[in-house]
Amino acid sequence: MTSLLVIIVLVLLAVAVWQLTKIFDLTQVASTSDNSQIATDDDNNVQGYLMFGFLAFIYIFTIYGVYTWGPLVLHTPASEHGALIDNLMNITWVLIFTVQAITQVLLHYFAFKYRGNKDKRALYFADNNKLEAIWSVIPAVVLAGLILYGLYAWTNIMFIDEDEDTVVVELYAQQFKWTARYAGADNVLGKANVRLIEGVNTLGVDLSDPYAQDDIVVSELHIPKGKKIHFKMRSQDVLHSAYFPYFRAQMNCVPGMVTEFAFTPIYTTAEYQALPFMIEKVANINAIRAKKSLELVAKGETGLDPYTFDYLLLCNKICGASHYNMQMKVVVDTPEDYKKWLSEKTTLVSEVKASKAEPAAPDAAPGKDSTLTKDTAAVAKIAMK
Amino acid sequence: MSAEGHDHGHDHEHEHHHKDTFITKYIFSIDHKMIAKQYLLTGIIMGVIGVGMSMLFRMQLAWPEESFKIFNILLGDKWAPNGVMANDIYLSLVTIHGTIMVFFVLTAGLSGTFSNLLIPLQIGARDMASGFMNMISYWLFFLSSVLMVCSLFVESGPANAGWTIYPPLSALPQAISGSGAGMTLWLVSMAIFIASSLMGSLNYVVTVINLRTKGMSMTRLPLTIWAFFVTAIIGIVSFPVLLSAALLLIFDRSFGTSFFLSDIYIAGEVLHYQGGSPVLFEHLFWFLGHPEVYIVILPALGITSEIIATNSRKPIFGYRAMIMSIIAIAFLSTIVWGHHMFISGMNPFLGSVFTFTTLLIAIPSAVKAFNYITTLWKGNLQMNPAMLFSIGLVSTFITGGLTGIILGDSTLDINVHDTYFVVAHFHLVMGISALYGMFAGIYHWYPKMFGRMLNKNLGYVHFWVTAICAYGVFFPMHFIGLAGLPRRYYTNTNFPLFDDLQNVNVLITTFALIGGAFQLVFLYNFFSSIFYGKKAVQNPWKSNTLEWTTPVEHIHGNWPGEIPHVHRWPYDYSNPAHEEDFVPQTVPMKEGEVVLHH
Repeated sequence: MTSLLVIIVLVLLAVAVWQLTKIFDLTQVASTSDNSQIATDDDNNVQGYLMFGFLAFIYIFTIYGVYTWGPLVLHTPASEHGALIDNLMNITWVLIFTVQAITQVLLHYFAFKYRGNKDKRALYFADNNKLEAIWSVIPAVVLAGLILYGLYAWTNIMFIDEDEDTVVVELYAQQFKWTARYAGADNVLGKANVRLIEGVNTLGVDLSDPYAQDDIVVSELHIPKGKKIHFKMRSQDVLHSAYFPYFRAQMNCVPGMVTEFAFTPIYTTAEYQALPFMIEKVANINAIRAKKSLELVAKGETGLDPYTFDYLLLCNKICGASHYNMQMKVVVDTPEDYKKWLSEKTTLVSEVKASKAEPAAPDAAPGKDSTLTKDTAAVAKIAMK
Repeated sequence: MSAEGHDHGHDHEHEHHHKDTFITKYIFSIDHKMIAKQYLLTGIIMGVIGVGMSMLFRMQLAWPEESFKIFNILLGDKWAPNGVMANDIYLSLVTIHGTIMVFFVLTAGLSGTFSNLLIPLQIGARDMASGFMNMISYWLFFLSSVLMVCSLFVESGPANAGWTIYPPLSALPQAISGSGAGMTLWLVSMAIFIASSLMGSLNYVVTVINLRTKGMSMTRLPLTIWAFFVTAIIGIVSFPVLLSAALLLIFDRSFGTSFFLSDIYIAGEVLHYQGGSPVLFEHLFWFLGHPEVYIVILPALGITSEIIATNSRKPIFGYRAMIMSIIAIAFLSTIVWGHHMFISGMNPFLGSVFTFTTLLIAIPSAVKAFNYITTLWKGNLQMNPAMLFSIGLVSTFITGGLTGIILGDSTLDINVHDTYFVVAHFHLVMGISALYGMFAGIYHWYPKMFGRMLNKNLGYVHFWVTAICAYGVFFPMHFIGLAGLPRRYYTNTNFPLFDDLQNVNVLITTFALIGGAFQLVFLYNFFSSIFYGKKAVQNPWKSNTLEWTTPVEHIHGNWPGEIPHVHRWPYDYSNPAHEEDFVPQTVPMKEGEVVLHH
């Protein structure tokens, strides 16, 4: 309703402006002349000053923006390579602000300074090779620097050393949910294909693959601090994108292929929550939520819960109607906590076993070690390994 | 050349004996000036639809899931029950907004209008090389517009897989509602659009190469023509690739092929597709998709070059450098498409290559920006509305272009890819800039099109409100993007993390609504001036180019007598050897007059 009012106000405003210009038109005595719609010296003057005013607007708006909205942007990176990205980003920002500040001043100042006047004549000047060389070479040199730094960082981040000691985790995307699969003790993921999806085995893991025997499937991602996590991503239906904003990490999940990204978390969830900027951010968000809650409660609805920070995995490639709500909580643990958490999870193989056994013997407790199962085929294959 | 021109003129006299009926004059016209107006009118209608849609989804973003009567009125009970916008239709609005603005408004509406109007007039030709093909080109565009609008009304909803229509989402009706009949119509409409665009482009290229009047060498062409010429070449090179992608997608959708699909499990069953790759589609799409942004922006820059020189009463600075940068941008534009795909899963090595080529584009772009600024220096600036929009274009082109340095750098793209930062970037650098170019062109050549003047005061109001609102909308958007907010989210309320961005979204929407509402000022000015505008004189802006030597009243064949000959380059403004501060291209060189180095 309020916005309808806003729109009405806007329309009225538009009408007012239109009326004003009409009046302005009528006051121009020589309005019968054919040239009345061409800028006069008075117009040049007014518009020249407005150009100068617009320059002030751009500057004030930029400063206001950086001051008000600057604190909203992603802060301290939570991954090892994040500092590299942020550093390059900051250098680029310095460059951008410098160029922006200079060029906008020149553009709008010239528009003001050289506003037309019928007694004046423009300078007859069309070319200067030296000037043009300067503004071709300077950008070229600066960009060469940026490109080199960028390529260095890119190579460092994207090329994953296979020999490195990493934790291999599969991220599995489907409309509109994330699942994670841990490679287990052998640190190798079992083969998988959507054609093998059946019952509990929602990821289509090939249960006959020896590497799959110790795989663990979970719906909340836990990763250890200080260890490189090697994500292998799959999607079962459409394109998704695994986006970890705080870790400066993103990679698309593509049906029919496996994509990769690796990063090392450097703050546990608890440590990151305790960073001063985050305490401030959460307090700010909670103030907003408290205010909204009051409104909701007044309307007879339930209020909002207070917010505590958690790392999130978001979907960042349009994937369907509920794309806006495809997320997974990510917890960074200390290595000890991580080990403990993982050891409490059951393997996929035993979960499948349990689900099959359930109708006959619901009490059959799934063992933690898949080698204890009576699945002879699996045992044989593990023995072969 | 002159003999040909003469023949043409002779044919033309014959034509005069036939009286034009209403249909041949206003509907199935083969006159480039009428076709230009048809393009413009269709473009404006599509623009109203496209911009209107953005108002609706901006309201949803600022006041998520709130009830608005206007939603119910415009979207109906199915898509906005009780006035609350549904998530499917939100994505449809975003998708169709993108499609309409990029292709129907800024490609056909901008390039179609001004290439048609100006190429024959500025090079001194009676008409396009093939007037008939030109007519077909417009009517195919009209047909594709009709189909696109029809797709809004199909029962399962319009296409909503994003304007990039990445499969499998766009290929599988099970994946999203809009991938049924809506997507079929989208693809058919775009296939026809591409046919239209190719016919237009071929015509422009042939006309520029063959039909220049005597004395109009390539280095005497106005920069508008250079821009349209090179744009047409980019279109010919890249649009067929999108057509092939669209056709292959139609095959996947309708005939069970697996070009883009593989290993899919959806709605509880495994589909038969095997061996295809969605990444292949991304390559094909962006092979057009990236040049497309230059197809949009180059004509706008061409228009700006002409208007800035004319209104500065000063030769354009670095004419040859401008031509070289247009050509360099065109060449580079075809080898940078991969920067849309840094994190698509393609080999990271390709990311390095595309970073390199992408950042190279900054060099010719910087040259253009600096040359515009230098043209203003010591000019005698006539602040007509067209000039304001041109200066505005340079401003947003710089602001938007600079953030391209971030997005073109694969390393930095990792974290801002597909966030609102991207939305802010491309709207400023190609959306708003190209729109300003289009407005500038309309204000400048309106007298040529309709023989009347637009009201300048309404033009000033239009410009200043638009300029403030454009920055008001897209500048804050950079920040919410840097905060990690993904684009194409129906609402952010599921992420308390983003609660502190809501105020910014409200501000953006407020600016958008004001800016959108003030486009009505332009529409009123445009339509009322056709009938009630002040009558235009032959050369109102005291410009040098040939179109202003034609009579105000349109005639078939443009010039009543012989086509004028050209004796000098188009930017001889404030030449001290002449008394007036402009010297039309048709004025012969004086005895002993030295050509200014340019």
